[in-house]
Amino acid sequence: MMQFMLLFSRQGKLRLQKWYVPLSDKEKKKITRELVQTVLARKPKMCSFLEWRDLKIVYKRYASLYFCCAIEDQDNELITLEIIHRYVELLDKYFGSVCELDIIFNFEKAYFILDEFLLGGEVQETSKKNVLKAIEQADLLQEDSKPRSARLQNCMKS
Amino acid sequence: MPAVSKGDGMRGLAVFISDIRNCKSKEAEIKRINKELANIRSKFKGDKALDGYSKKKYVCKLLFIFLLGHDIDFGHMEAVNLLSSNKYTEKQIGYLFISVLVNSNSELIRLINNAIKNDLASRNPTFMCLALHCIANVGSREMGEAFAADIPRILVAGDSMDSVKQSAALCLLRLYKASPDLVPMGEWTARVVHLLNDQHMGVVTAAVSLITCLCKKNPDDFKTCVSLAVSRLSRIVSSASTDLQDYTYYFVPAPWLSVKLLRLLQCYPPPEDAAVKGRLVECLETVLNKAQEPPKSKKVQHSNAKNAILFETISLIIHYDSEPNLLVRACNQLGQFLQHRETNLRYLALESMCTLASSEFSHEAVKTHIDTVINALKTERDVSVRQRAADLLYAMCDRSNAKQIVSEMLRYLETADYAIREEIVLKVAILAEKYAVDYSWYVDTILNLIRIAGDYVSEEVWYRVLQIVTNRDDVQGYAAKTVFEALQAPACHENMVKVGGYILGEFGNLIAGDPRSSPPVQFSLLHSKFHLCSVATRALLLSTYIKFINLFPETKATIQGVLRAGSQLRNADVELQQRAVEYLTLSSVASTDVLATVLEEMPPFPERESSILAKLKRKKGPGAGSALDDSRRDPSSHDINGGVEPTPSTVSTPSPSADLLGLRAAPPPAAPPAPSGAGNLLVDVFSDSPATQPGLGPSPEEAFLSELEPPAPESPMALLADPAPAADPGPEDIGPPIPEADELLNKFVCRNNGVLFENQLLQIGVKSEFRQNLGRMYLFYGNKTSVQFQNFSPTVVHPGDLQTQLAVQTKRVASQVDGGAQVQQVLNIECLRDFLTPPLLSVRFRYGGAPQSLTLKLPVTINKFFQPTEMAAQDFFQRWKQLSLPQQEAQKIFKANHPMDAEVTKAKLLGFGSALLDNVDPNPENFVGAGIIQTKALQVGCLLRLEPNAQAQMYRLTLRTSKEPVSRHLCELLAQQF
Repeated sequence: MMQFMLLFSRQGKLRLQKWYVPLSDKEKKKITRELVQTVLARKPKMCSFLEWRDLKIVYKRYASLYFCCAIEDQDNELITLEIIHRYVELLDKYFGSVCELDIIFNFEKAYFILDEFLLGGEVQETSKKNVLKAIEQADLLQEDSKPRSARLQNCMKS
Repeated sequence: MPAVSKGDGMRGLAVFISDIRNCKSKEAEIKRINKELANIRSKFKGDKALDGYSKKKYVCKLLFIFLLGHDIDFGHMEAVNLLSSNKYTEKQIGYLFISVLVNSNSELIRLINNAIKNDLASRNPTFMCLALHCIANVGSREMGEAFAADIPRILVAGDSMDSVKQSAALCLLRLYKASPDLVPMGEWTARVVHLLNDQHMGVVTAAVSLITCLCKKNPDDFKTCVSLAVSRLSRIVSSASTDLQDYTYYFVPAPWLSVKLLRLLQCYPPPEDAAVKGRLVECLETVLNKAQEPPKSKKVQHSNAKNAILFETISLIIHYDSEPNLLVRACNQLGQFLQHRETNLRYLALESMCTLASSEFSHEAVKTHIDTVINALKTERDVSVRQRAADLLYAMCDRSNAKQIVSEMLRYLETADYAIREEIVLKVAILAEKYAVDYSWYVDTILNLIRIAGDYVSEEVWYRVLQIVTNRDDVQGYAAKTVFEALQAPACHENMVKVGGYILGEFGNLIAGDPRSSPPVQFSLLHSKFHLCSVATRALLLSTYIKFINLFPETKATIQGVLRAGSQLRNADVELQQRAVEYLTLSSVASTDVLATVLEEMPPFPERESSILAKLKRKKGPGAGSALDDSRRDPSSHDINGGVEPTPSTVSTPSPSADLLGLRAAPPPAAPPAPSGAGNLLVDVFSDSPATQPGLGPSPEEAFLSELEPPAPESPMALLADPAPAADPGPEDIGPPIPEADELLNKFVCRNNGVLFENQLLQIGVKSEFRQNLGRMYLFYGNKTSVQFQNFSPTVVHPGDLQTQLAVQTKRVASQVDGGAQVQQVLNIECLRDFLTPPLLSVRFRYGGAPQSLTLKLPVTINKFFQPTEMAAQDFFQRWKQLSLPQQEAQKIFKANHPMDAEVTKAKLLGFGSALLDNVDPNPENFVGAGIIQTKALQVGCLLRLEPNAQAQMYRLTLRTSKEPVSRHLCELLAQQF
């Protein structure tokens, strides 16, 4: 079972955190600090897995973002690597050529997509079509009373 | 770069996020956040009721602030309000906030639960899923109490939508993991198993995880899942790469589901049903075959997904550990990965091979990759991969490759990353001990460890080398010489000083004969390090010094001078001061005898689990030991190096001396009175043991104690390997004698007392006397463990014709031998006529429930019934001539196996039983003996002549007796003694 997933930038900024085990905020911050440091210190050609405490860390970098998962001893590293990839694909398909900014400005969507894909640290649905269908359906359920804000001008500034 | 805000964008939120991103400093960010918090607070507290959208927007802002790492202490109630909105996005944000910021505020929990309950009952699948996600994300006990009973119902209800079933399955899993007691097992469990057959792959994917968890605690209730899982897996594995449409991932059909199914199967033993098993083996073979096919895509996702299934398949094969063919195929596959260009695959292959190494079927196959693994240790650029390589080397190590592996690990240690040095040190220390064939190699290895990585050599490691050296007198001289040399280095690690100080204090005498390491030289070498050492080491050295006073009286004055110095007698450290004062007084007050007693060599250490192994287990967690001390892969060796054998008698093991540094106040009651003193230790104990002369030795009782000798270096321990059937054996079904039986017997040809046999469990001592054709033998069986032996039954068996040649009467012994106790058995022996083979001693007992059996040769040989005969030269030659028929003479020419020492030879011949006749042979170098072998039926006169040739290091032995077989037999027995 996956214990947590962290997304952070090359600068070490945490962009998304999902915890599947109950931990105190203090502990979460400590773990995050430690792992961000460890993973950022690794060189590009190194292997994607490392032992950390009694867990296995599986991480992969996509452009400026690191995706980092902690799994248990008997879990499969390679399939976890592909969990990361499938999540990136889901984000990409939803946002259309996803970038770090999409995740910053629409963090709640990133969480919703993740919940459709993984639940309780286990893979719930692997079909891209089915996950996105659930999210799109939710988007359609929204009320029309509010004007849809178009592109966010402010994004350009970053 | 466009960032799309999909669905219901919240402009205010986007503006806020931009503001934060534009903050130039941490302070500016905090300022902006505080401003926003104040704004939100005033909105929430304002009189004007907020509409749903605003509420959602502010709650979302709070969430963002929280995720930035700031504390949020309000807004929970607004979030809970959102839960009951019937607008989906408002509800969604409400749930997200609750999931991220759980609060154990009991009133809030009640409200939240209420909202969840409504949504679960709403029959709107999207709302139901949101509610289930929230329960799964929070997973608290309160939620378990509220919903654990409902969710199984939702999971198996016929009208639940697929997406609801998926969420319900994983939600239930989370609750079960958090509080298993809250999830009631029942009729639903059977229906959950059948979800494995569901046509919706997503439902199966979610359900497998739940079943895998539930079946671990209730394997019987779920065992039907095995055949269902096998057939599901088989359908996936054999499907074409596009059959499963959206569940195919880069041309690999349903990789996540396949991996989960393979994990589920690892909860059970191999299927019993032949058809199921056949189908499964076919699946596993298909996966292994597919690994050899060319890839369908160059994308790394394709190979990762495919290999994920392959590695899980290999895990299952290892878990079953019953299909040698598959195990070897798995090993070969991993072998290919060891040289793959993908670092990830090399890492995983090394990791997987570690577990394969512990299977008896694949251990040998793993070993063939040793060179690749050593190369990985040397050349991998990633420390985590090197770590895996070191682990694998450790796992594949056995007697055959231990020297190579240990030396490679030592070499690696010189450049190893600091983080893993200590672990490598422990591993090297364990392997060196476990697979040491000769202990000088062990000593070298540990000293090298200290030299290379002294800082990482923990106390356990250097304590251990001292224990082993103390317990094995075959290595003490070597150890003394080696540490002495190591201490010559100008800068040597303090651990080396400790080991050196202890060993020289105990065994420095063994090298004192060499002027280069004479006592004063040893002392000044040690003392040159003294001032640079820590208090603990200096305390140890002071003990070494007082031991030197005993070993080397000539150093007494110098050492007393050192002890008397103000820096010692008035040392600020109490321990050092006390030692200096006490040792000084002891050395001046006590007589030589008292000193010799007080400062006697340390007794052997009692055996216990290697403290190093215990430490490694602690370091690596409880699971680590299993692979480490797994003995099944090397069945022939499992006991040999299980621990240090205390060499002298341990039947009455001296009390444990835990304090390695301390001196014993009194000599241990059972310790031999320094039989091992002086230079004897380096010489083969047998070959110059004058105590074997009949009549000259001490009284039988003392002789028994003082003559115990170390087990042969190739310690006979593997002997218990073959457990006997539990039933009480008849004499006809005793096992063949152990391979070393002849060798053990040989040790007793010229002597009557000593240790016949010893392993980790049992020690057998012998004391015997013979007169004419009668003999009496005492066997002492010592239980070396702390556990009682049960059904203990030693029996004497006469193979072949021996029954008519030798009568052995045995007394029964108690069938229980308590831990640490010794029982005695008396044997009365009568020699009826000449015999060639010794009787067998079969010992059977149960130790910790496991039957043990052991067959030895009883040390009764025909020469025991020798009666020495004195005669003059003239008589001798007359008789010699009388016995001139060719068949009456037996002659052997052989190389000396031991130093050719006339005194030793004399002792052996006397021990053999004949009289030694002086002034008979014209050549004074030769030995001549005569005697009569007494049997009830007849007497056999024997003459012997032994001609040593010192130049050629050869002997010629000639025996003449009145009976042809006796001549040959005696000649063979005696020839092996020189």
